[in-house]
Order: sequence, then structure tokens, then C-alpha cells
Amino acid sequence: MSTTITTAAEAELAVQARQAVARSEGYWAGVWKRLRRDPVTIACAAILLLMLLAIVFAPLLSPHDPYQGSMIRRLKAIGTPNYPLGTDELGRDILTRLLHGGRLSWFMGILPVVFAFAIGSTLGILAGFVGGKVNMAIMRTTDIFYAFPSVLLAVAISGALGAGIFNAILALTLVFIPQIIRVAESVTQGVRSLDFVDAARASGASGFTIVRVHVLGNVLGPIFVYATSLISVCMILASGLSFLGLGTKPPEPEWGLMLNTLRTAIYVQPWVAVLPGLCIFVTSICFNLLADGLRQAMDVKG
Amino acid sequence: MLLYLLRRVVYAVPIALAVGFVCFMLVQIAPGDPINAIVPPDAPADVVEQVRKDYGLDKPLPVQFGLWISKVAIGDLGRSLATGRPVWADLRSAIGNTLMLAFAASAIGFTLGCVLGGLAGTFRGSALDRGAVGIAVAGVSVPHYWLGMVLVVIFSVQLNWLPAMGAGPGGSSDWGWDWDHVKHLILPAATLSVIPMGIVTRTVRGIVAEIMNQEFVTALRGKGLTRWGVFGHVVKNAAPNALAVMGLQLGYLMGGSILVETVFSWPGTGLLLNSAIFQRDLPVLQGTILVLAMFFVALNLCVDLVQTSLDPRIKRA
Repeated sequence: MSTTITTAAEAELAVQARQAVARSEGYWAGVWKRLRRDPVTIACAAILLLMLLAIVFAPLLSPHDPYQGSMIRRLKAIGTPNYPLGTDELGRDILTRLLHGGRLSWFMGILPVVFAFAIGSTLGILAGFVGGKVNMAIMRTTDIFYAFPSVLLAVAISGALGAGIFNAILALTLVFIPQIIRVAESVTQGVRSLDFVDAARASGASGFTIVRVHVLGNVLGPIFVYATSLISVCMILASGLSFLGLGTKPPEPEWGLMLNTLRTAIYVQPWVAVLPGLCIFVTSICFNLLADGLRQAMDVKG
Repeated sequence: MLLYLLRRVVYAVPIALAVGFVCFMLVQIAPGDPINAIVPPDAPADVVEQVRKDYGLDKPLPVQFGLWISKVAIGDLGRSLATGRPVWADLRSAIGNTLMLAFAASAIGFTLGCVLGGLAGTFRGSALDRGAVGIAVAGVSVPHYWLGMVLVVIFSVQLNWLPAMGAGPGGSSDWGWDWDHVKHLILPAATLSVIPMGIVTRTVRGIVAEIMNQEFVTALRGKGLTRWGVFGHVVKNAAPNALAVMGLQLGYLMGGSILVETVFSWPGTGLLLNSAIFQRDLPVLQGTILVLAMFFVALNLCVDLVQTSLDPRIKRA
């Protein structure tokens, strides 16, 4: 199901891969130099780093117990003494639950992309490098999964498997594998047709050696940048699954699930109820901008 | 050209079959015996065995798939476990509502996206461009189910201007063209429109910027063509690719509206899916996914065909 848009994007990636080859040894130094001059990317990276530290040290930073509620202090407003961000529908401290909730939200937002990156790039490089029937088999299977809108595919798989963190991660991994395969395949094809690959082959290198020595270094960068941009989508989808009751189960703190259980509270404490979503939004937009920054920094033009 | 179109149509058949197979497998991967997807868990054992025979569930998997797909082909998607009604009956009314929402959302999202993207692409590097890019990034990064809640808080809870739930007065799910109904559509459609708005803005910006860099635009300007004259040429060149992206976005909206429909209790396929998941009503889940995915396959095909016939530069023999 390829359209001209995907082929145009693929062509661009192939060009990037070829440019990557043309770069000399100062490449990473150059990338770092360009990144440093990009205030938006640096700011996003800083925010993400702070969030990461906050959720890693959540037990130390949290003023209360994430599971311990109380009927007499349900749904307090933002700014209540001792409960700076208010309390939820069971009287649990929102700040504590946001800090702890970030752990699962980040975990479920990043892990599927990591898995999909590992599996997808392996299959994609294989398809792109070997070509022929292997390519045909892998890419036509990819087409089938492309025939589903990604939200629908994630909901379908985790809906059939049932609620649970493991099932949600499995479903999301399956959603992202085909997307990474497509990118990996087109980038690899771009590199495969270059002279040094022919030279290596002529000098007797095996296919495996060529991939390991000549192809990997040139294709992993663009695939990695693409995968980074998927984290934002994955975060929204993972929290969305929890929001539908398909990911984490109560009373586990998770941003999407918190948003769902607080939905009934929007008439009582509307601004408390929307806080978990704000966390998802900030994380997602930072990952998106970070991916954009990386893409620009790693893509040398002229 | 005709041959290409024909080949495209023929190629969609195995894709549709494979999509059907994935939907068929949904019930197979579900934990427990697939028979539980047909009979309620409290059915007596002899009834279970009878149903197993009737449905061919004692036969090998490929045969089962054949039986299932031939039933689906004549519109028999099975019966809901929760209500006992045919799945198709519930789906039919839900699809209308989802289409309504998707069309309204795309009308908003595509218009804004084209305007913002067009302006950003034309005046690349300006403050306007940066603003449009910022809006686009926010549009694709925002968890839309959360945006829906925020809009409800502002426009329903605080201002009390618009209803927070449902598709019509008194919880009716039948559509009518009056203010009472349109009022219910505004918030969900606005919420759902942010994703296509962001993506269309990005795409149109890219396409327009690329066209503006081409020599023929300079030539047209040099020839003394007015701003609007040049604009016409740019639109003509940008249209096929932009339309392709928008077509696919419409498909994503149909499938992706589940979260927004849940937030607003909009009686479409998303809400149907949500209650099916909640009640573990596998026939409804399977049927809804199948119909939505088939719709997406068909839409993909249409986009390809329209794009090919619109763009004379594509000569795929």
C-alpha cells in the first residue's frame, strides 16, 4: 500500500543514508556542535532528563503513599496544604501518583519502541540487503499491518488479548515493527547500491561481514532517529490503551489510567482531573521536538 | 495507465483477505477457547458441543477461516454476546455516527492544515512559519483524549456553552440537522481535528516549500504573473500529494476516533468497540475492527486511484 508520500519520504531517507556515507570522521562532533546551538532541542532534553530523574527517584520525592487514600480528603483542590496538586477520587495525593505514574507511562511508552527497533531494523535490513524473495515476503507481510490504522491495530490486539501491561506492550510492539521495517528497508537499499559495498563484495567479503562492517553503521542512525520520533506516538497510544482500560489496571498509578478514573471528577475538580494528561502532553511534545532536533543535527546538508 | 489502475485494484484483494485473516485470528489469540466468543460462559456443555459443530470449530483452522470469511462476505458478522443481536445491526448505525464525526473533524483539520501549511511553506523561516510549525507539533503530540477533557472543562463545565456528552438531545443517537445536534458535534469534532490538522500542516508546508524552490515558479514570476496566478500553479502541483495524505488521514480518523468517542460518549464505532472490550464481547470487537479495517483498505485504494488519475506526472505502466 505505498503511496507517493511514503516513497518520497523513503527517497529522502535514502539520500540521508548516502550523505551519511559521505561524511568524514568528525561526524559525531559535528552533530554535537549543531545540537548545542539548538535551544529548543536542548530545552526538551533537559525537561525530559528532569522528568526521568523525578520518576526514578519517585519514592524519595513523594510526600505520600501512592496507594493510600482516605474518604475524608477526596478531590481536594490544587494548593491544598500538604497536597500541592490536590487529591484524586479516592483521596490519594495527586503529586505522588503523578511521580509514580510516570514510571509505568515511560516504561510503556519507550519499551515497545525499543523492541520494535530491535526486531524491525533486523528484518528491514535483512529485506533491504538480501532482496529478492526474502524482501518480497517481509515487505508484503508489512503491507498487511499497514492496512490497519495504528490506533485500531493496537486496540484490536490488546482488546483481544485482554487488559494488562504485558499485552499492551506486545500490541504496541506489533504496531511499530512494520513502520520501522519500512524505513530500515529503504535506507538499507540506499546503502546497498553504493560503490564501497560492491568493492567489499568484489574483495571477497561475506554478506554478513558487509552488513556488520559497512551497512550497520550507515543505516542505524536514520532508523534510530525515526524510532525516537515514534516514542511520542507510543506514549500517547500506551496511555490511551490504559485510558480505555486496556493497559494498566487499578490501583496501579499510570497517567492514562489516572486520567480515566478522574474523568468523573471534572465537575468537581476540573483542573486536578486534567493534570495527568498534561504530563503525557509535555512528555510527548518533548520527545517529538527532540526527534526533530536529532534529525536536523544528524542530517548534514551542503 | 488503465492497466496500472486495474493492477492496483487486483492487488487490494489479497490485502483485504489478509486483513480478514488478521481479524479472524483476533478471536484465536484471545485467551481461552474461541467457542467462548460465540456462546455465553454459562451455557450447558451439550449446547457448547452442538454450537462447536454448527460453527465448524471442530475443523482445522484454514477450514474455519474459509467458513468464517464466506459468512462475512454475505454480511453475517455473528451475534453479540452481550445483547444477542446481530453485530451488523449495531454496527450500521454506529458507522454513520463515526463517519459524521470523521467528516466534520477532517473538514476542520484539513482546512486549517492547508491554510497554515500553505502560509508556512510560502513564507518559510518567518515568524508565521515558526508559529505554524509549533501548532503542528502540538497537534500531533497532544493526547487527544486529554484535549477532549480540557475542552469539556472549559466549554461545558466552566462556560456551560456546549454539551459534554452524546450525539443529540436526550441521549438520542439519531442524527438531525438542527442546532441541538450540531451543538453536540462541535467539541468532539474539534478534538479529533487536531491530529490531521498537525499532519496536514506539516505535509502541506513541506510540499509547498519544495514547489516554491523550483525554477518554474521563478519563471512564472519573471513572466509577470500575479501573486494569485502563481498561487494557482502551486496549488495544482501540490494537490495530488496533499490529497493523498488527507485521504489517509480520513481513514486514520475513522479508526482512531475510539478514544474521542469514549470521552464524549459519541455513539459511534469507537464507543461500540469500547463497550465490546469492557464486556469482552469478541464478536462485536472482531466485526467492528474488520469493517473499519476494510474501510481503510478501500480508502487506501481510492486514494491511490485518485492520485494516479489526478497527477499526469505519475506514469506507472
